[in-house]
Amino acid sequence: MRFRTVTSPHVLADTSVGRVMRRVLYAMVPGALALVWFFGWGVAVNLALATAIALAAEAALLLARGKPVSAHLSDCSAVVSAWLLAVALPPLAPWWLTAIGAVSAIAVAKHLYGGLGYNPFNPAMIGYVVLLVSFPREMSAWPLPHGLGQPHAMTLLETLRAIFGGELPARFAADALTGATPLDVLRTQLGLGLNGAEIRNSPVFGIVAGSGWEWATLGFLAGGLWLLYTRTAAWQIPAGMLGALAVVATVFYLVNPQRYAPPWFHLWSGAAIFGAFFIATDPVTASTTPRGRWVYGAGIGILVYIIRGFGGYPDGVAFAVLLMNIAAPTIDLYTPPRVFGARRQ
Amino acid sequence: MSETRYREILKNGVWTQNTGFVALLGLCPLLATSNSVVNGLGLGLATTLVLLMSNVAISLIRNLVRPEVRIPVFVLVIACVVTAVELVMHAFLPGLYTVLGIFIPLIVTNCCVIGRAEAFAFKHGAAKSAVDGIATGLGFTLALVLLGALREILGQGTLFGQAELLFGEAGKGLTLHLIGDYRGFLLAVLPPGAFLGLGCLIAVKNVLDARAKRRARPVAAVAGPQQASA
Repeated sequence: MRFRTVTSPHVLADTSVGRVMRRVLYAMVPGALALVWFFGWGVAVNLALATAIALAAEAALLLARGKPVSAHLSDCSAVVSAWLLAVALPPLAPWWLTAIGAVSAIAVAKHLYGGLGYNPFNPAMIGYVVLLVSFPREMSAWPLPHGLGQPHAMTLLETLRAIFGGELPARFAADALTGATPLDVLRTQLGLGLNGAEIRNSPVFGIVAGSGWEWATLGFLAGGLWLLYTRTAAWQIPAGMLGALAVVATVFYLVNPQRYAPPWFHLWSGAAIFGAFFIATDPVTASTTPRGRWVYGAGIGILVYIIRGFGGYPDGVAFAVLLMNIAAPTIDLYTPPRVFGARRQ
Repeated sequence: MSETRYREILKNGVWTQNTGFVALLGLCPLLATSNSVVNGLGLGLATTLVLLMSNVAISLIRNLVRPEVRIPVFVLVIACVVTAVELVMHAFLPGLYTVLGIFIPLIVTNCCVIGRAEAFAFKHGAAKSAVDGIATGLGFTLALVLLGALREILGQGTLFGQAELLFGEAGKGLTLHLIGDYRGFLLAVLPPGAFLGLGCLIAVKNVLDARAKRRARPVAAVAGPQQASA
């Protein structure tokens, strides 16, 4: 009797760059749908526009660098960067804002550093930070979610006219359409001397952390947990980030509950959940060792709290991720996994 | 012979060994003051003046100074020259002096000044050292002005803005508003714009050099066999 002999590897992992990237896209769908439901068609237009521009920029840069275009385009990594960026943009952002962000992300942050796998910084967050630093006024114009003082939602056509032509429909005054996000409100009103509990009673805060926002966060949490379940993303990073954020927020809340927001508000508002599962877990720019991922995630969590509580911006996920991106190679250097059979020190 | 030598010194300072694009010396003032053409031009010309005077002075005293103590002597000479230039700018260009601020006294720490003193002026005559100082200074000015123009156009949509700081009242007419109703791309004026802009300019210079080399090679290949046959 003859046995068929095969050389190793005997267990094949069914992963490729394209597969991982497509899974991230699927996982973003519920959160993105919630954003479209609460913030209007603008989110969908931004997603489509950013995708188109990112793909065009990727193709142009691949051509210029003499790389195979279709092979790299079909791995969807540019689409993931575009979606991560588009979700973070205000829904009625003018088209050139999305274009500058997508080009900065793909051309500058990704291809100038050597393309996929060589970029030290998360491309989508570079695109976002470029816009946040350069165009603060446009970047802070978030519309109010549906339930709050917005009786008639804008139609798709009106949204397109607003994004590409800068014309708002006559029935909206510009001030009535946009409003401060929960983190903005918390920051400015604390500055006015109101105490935390009073501020959080205002309707913009919803049940836990901002009406509309909390449902989008729930969607992203579901997608993120699916990413962990399929082992697309390393679980240590979100665990480290959210754990550190919760610990720091709890300490401050216990010291002075009037001044500081409770930990559940911090975990559930802004980009904390979205950032923990989708941005911090970027396999290229994050730490790669198991212990290093804990350190990397915890660093992001602590930095997010510091920037939110004591910095100049209402939310700090993008800056925190970029700062820890710089630190990731050093973290990896000091947290090598124990080699099998080596003695514990 | 000597004419080609001078031309070589000039070409080295302005292009082949440009302080800003090739040697990457003096990056601190280069990145910090290149947010507009006028600022860049002002600091570039001040540095050129310092380079010229320090190179000539060091070249003249090079046979009197023992090599063991040359570096402290360089530092003293350069510090004197920079102080003189700073006082002159304070007297005649007060506006630009205020804008450039700490970066004028900091010319003394610009490593390209002491670098030229050590690498060139201490080993060559006064005339050649003068040409080298001017060439190196012009190369630095070129880098500052190009980077300043790039950042000013992207960041503010103007060119030669605030030219009155350098050229007096007549300079006001020089300011060009390239793009009407421009919102300004703030990042280009901020420090990241300096780093990205310098990187792009170095890339452009490398592309130009590579193209020149490719164009020169066929000529050399043709010339080679002819020489062999002769």
